[in-house]
Amino acid sequence: MLETATILFFSFGYMGFLFAIAYIGDRHAEMGRSIVGNPYIYALSLAVYCTAWTFYGSVGRAVRDGPGFLTIYIGPTLTAALGLLILRKIIRISKIHHITSIADFIGSRYGKSTILGGVVTVIAVLGIIPYIALQLKAISTSYLVIQGYPEIVMPRNFAKIPVLQDTAFYVSVLLAVFSILFGTRHLETTERHEGLVAAIAFESIVKLIAFLSIGIWITYSLYNGFGDLFEKARSEPEFRRLLVMENRSGAYIDWGIYIFLSMTAVIFLPRQFHVAVVENINEDHLKKAVWLFPLYLLAINIFVLPVALAGLLEFPRGVVDADTFVLTLPMAVHQEELALLAYIGGTSAATGMVIVETVALSTMICNELVMPVLLRLPFPKVSQWGDMSGLLLSIRRGGIAVILLLGYTYFRFIGEYYPLVSTGLVSFAAVAQFVPAILGGIFWKRGTRLGALWGMVAGFLVWAYTLFLPSLVQTGLLSSEFVTEGPWGIALLRPFQLFGLEGFNNVAHAVFWSMFVNLGGYVGVSLFTRPSPMEHTQAALFVDVFKPREEFTWRRTASVPDLKSLLERFLGEQRTRELLSQYASSRRLDWEESLTADDDLISYAEKLLSGAIGSASARVMVASVVKEESLGIEEVMNILDETRQVIIYSRELERTTAELKAANERLQELDRLKDEFISTVTHELRTPLTSVRSIAEILHDTEDLDPDQHRQFLGIIIKESERLTRLINQVLDFQKMESGRMEWQVQEVDIRDVVSEAVSRTDRLARDKRAAVRIHQPESPMPKIPGDFDRLIQVMLNLISNAVKFCDEDRGRIDITLSHDTEKVRVDVQDNGIGISPEDQERIFDKFHQIRNVNKTRPSGSGLGLSISRRIVEHHGGIIWVESEPGAGSTFSFELPTRKVSDAD
Amino acid sequence: MTADSRKTARLTALFLLGWMLFNYPILSLFSLNRLVFGIPPLYLYIFSVWVFMILAVALITRIKENMPDDRR
Repeated sequence: MLETATILFFSFGYMGFLFAIAYIGDRHAEMGRSIVGNPYIYALSLAVYCTAWTFYGSVGRAVRDGPGFLTIYIGPTLTAALGLLILRKIIRISKIHHITSIADFIGSRYGKSTILGGVVTVIAVLGIIPYIALQLKAISTSYLVIQGYPEIVMPRNFAKIPVLQDTAFYVSVLLAVFSILFGTRHLETTERHEGLVAAIAFESIVKLIAFLSIGIWITYSLYNGFGDLFEKARSEPEFRRLLVMENRSGAYIDWGIYIFLSMTAVIFLPRQFHVAVVENINEDHLKKAVWLFPLYLLAINIFVLPVALAGLLEFPRGVVDADTFVLTLPMAVHQEELALLAYIGGTSAATGMVIVETVALSTMICNELVMPVLLRLPFPKVSQWGDMSGLLLSIRRGGIAVILLLGYTYFRFIGEYYPLVSTGLVSFAAVAQFVPAILGGIFWKRGTRLGALWGMVAGFLVWAYTLFLPSLVQTGLLSSEFVTEGPWGIALLRPFQLFGLEGFNNVAHAVFWSMFVNLGGYVGVSLFTRPSPMEHTQAALFVDVFKPREEFTWRRTASVPDLKSLLERFLGEQRTRELLSQYASSRRLDWEESLTADDDLISYAEKLLSGAIGSASARVMVASVVKEESLGIEEVMNILDETRQVIIYSRELERTTAELKAANERLQELDRLKDEFISTVTHELRTPLTSVRSIAEILHDTEDLDPDQHRQFLGIIIKESERLTRLINQVLDFQKMESGRMEWQVQEVDIRDVVSEAVSRTDRLARDKRAAVRIHQPESPMPKIPGDFDRLIQVMLNLISNAVKFCDEDRGRIDITLSHDTEKVRVDVQDNGIGISPEDQERIFDKFHQIRNVNKTRPSGSGLGLSISRRIVEHHGGIIWVESEPGAGSTFSFELPTRKVSDAD
Repeated sequence: MTADSRKTARLTALFLLGWMLFNYPILSLFSLNRLVFGIPPLYLYIFSVWVFMILAVALITRIKENMPDDRR
């Protein structure tokens, strides 16, 4: 029954069915009734991750390495957990900026860089071509195998088959047609292809059903379930190794690196980026897809090991390639329908991958490689051409054809030397080079264009050296000594043991070194370069995409007709009119009336163009019609706003902190002064009280006291009581002055009256100490001053009593000198006492400062007198000071202004 | 904390847990040369963790905004 005609009928019938589904999908989309707009289709389209490599290659890999094949699906399961964190952010950014490919994403993030977009495209194309070749090889192999039915013959040398008899060739052509039809039907600003997605989702269902059917049939018909199969496998000692981890040092490191690789590949392979990000219709679909997609992967892996073990048990060793077990097992037991199902399933896995990959890559080639070059050519002025949309579509169609041609060529000449799985991993390792630039790009604003460029180029070169070049050895293009001895015999440079690093598998080894230089280059160079304003803006837009942010606006204008004709050239007249009227109605604008486009409209146009030709080219094109794109200092400041704001805030914070600190210090100082005040006052009060009390006790207890002594004791009590009263009065005065509640009775005062009154009041005190007080005053009348008579007397009393207190007993001489000029009057009180040391002079006016008298244990005075005097003098707008030399007496002086000082306190 | 960022934090923690469970050394504990329920313990373990991951992601993402503090 399985004749060639049947096989071909099903092959092409299947392809025809795909065309039909894609067509229906596109028609629905045009009518606005999307059939792909739900999370289930989205999750199924993500399953384009499972290629022929999964369908056939997993079994092959399980036969070679045991459980290692699972890493490729564990990685995406882990990534799915991070889907809301990473993928949602990428999707949001891409929708806002109309990003259509991974190259566009990276280029746009780093200042709409053309070079970066180009580099990503080159890496992607070089890295993915072998992967496409792998799919074509799978299609070709499976066709040749099933065609041999009922014999099971392994196809050996593809190169001998003439191209025109090679199924893979026709399949390639068909795939090119399909991709061109449904991937480049017309130029879209969103680059979404619903028909394509519908077909891909359908293919995902087909390959899953096919693999599950075969797995279930093998496990439950050929064997009696899992237990039976595993028991039988364990009876063969050499199969036991497949059921445990590889027993080799570094096996777990390889395992971890594979998981890392597949984690990144599931988002950053161009086709995965395309289905997951570009074709995403609704961000919310992600919420279901993050568990549906891993569920799909789980399902398609359940029967891999059973099929592998069954194949090993069924076929003699080494006769049948393990990569074909899925197909050859049904053939071996003459299950024709199952064999055909396996063949179709494998084909669907391969075609799905090729279709999406070529569409994604051709968009990248067109937007990131060809267009930037065309637009920059000095001759003929491509940028001046008319309708460009036709040209763009042609470039893309050409791109698809070229990619498939390259893939087919690679498969014909190199592909057959490689098992399925190695090629896939080589591509994964190439794509992993995008990881630092992308993840850094969406989470780290400091990443710069040069950092991304250096990191990726360095990583890619290491990849090429450690994975790509060695693959040429097997084709004979390079001598095998290159791998075994190293270039020029330098062992340290052996590509599989670079710098002597051994124990890793080739891929893990390459991933380690390339990621090491890539990440190091990205971070290192980023930290030592300054981003341009455009990079800075884009970095903020990407990293803070979820933060509400005032859109930064460039100061630029363009004429509306210019802008319109630019859009028309790339999008066509009708589409442009639709899009512009959409814009106008959404903003309630009548743009037709205004001739000048503002920045908002220009940005809108640029985003539309980005969708069609990529952000870097769009920027160039828009710049060609924008009149002025001068970046004023204000804009630069806007760009730096964030940093500036932070700096301002931190400065404010610092200042407030300093203020608080000062206030706190002041409070502490006041607290300390208060304590001092209380302790001093208490001390001063206690001393006279103690003496009054002790003398009173003597008087009370001693009955026969002679009258002289009696009087003397009473005299002491009176003196001490006066002292107490004086002290309390001073404290009250001081308190009043400190709190500003002192009542001042200002009147015209003659300073001579003040002095003579004070001298007469201290007369007794002076006489007690036998000190001579003399007043020297000018003959002429002195000017009167505004002041409080009583307070000024208080000052004089203080100064005189101090002078008396410290002057020599018996020889004491106190000279009070009055003088004046037109503005002030001056009073000097000179004594011939012990004098005051310089450090005491400085602090003598502080409150509670008491000079420790060397001869007396008790300080003389309350310590408030001079302080109060200073306050009184200062309140009058004057100054008070002391001049003294120890041993030579001291002179206290104060000056008072003759005119009232309005704001004296 | 919004409902979304709470979910993201939980999923990130789940990711870290998954990474630990799927790697050395925990993985090596199950690399045993015998059968459990007729299945090699390594495969039984990996697929169990896999199922757990899927269920956990599904549960975390499906928790509706019915937590009282989310309605604000």
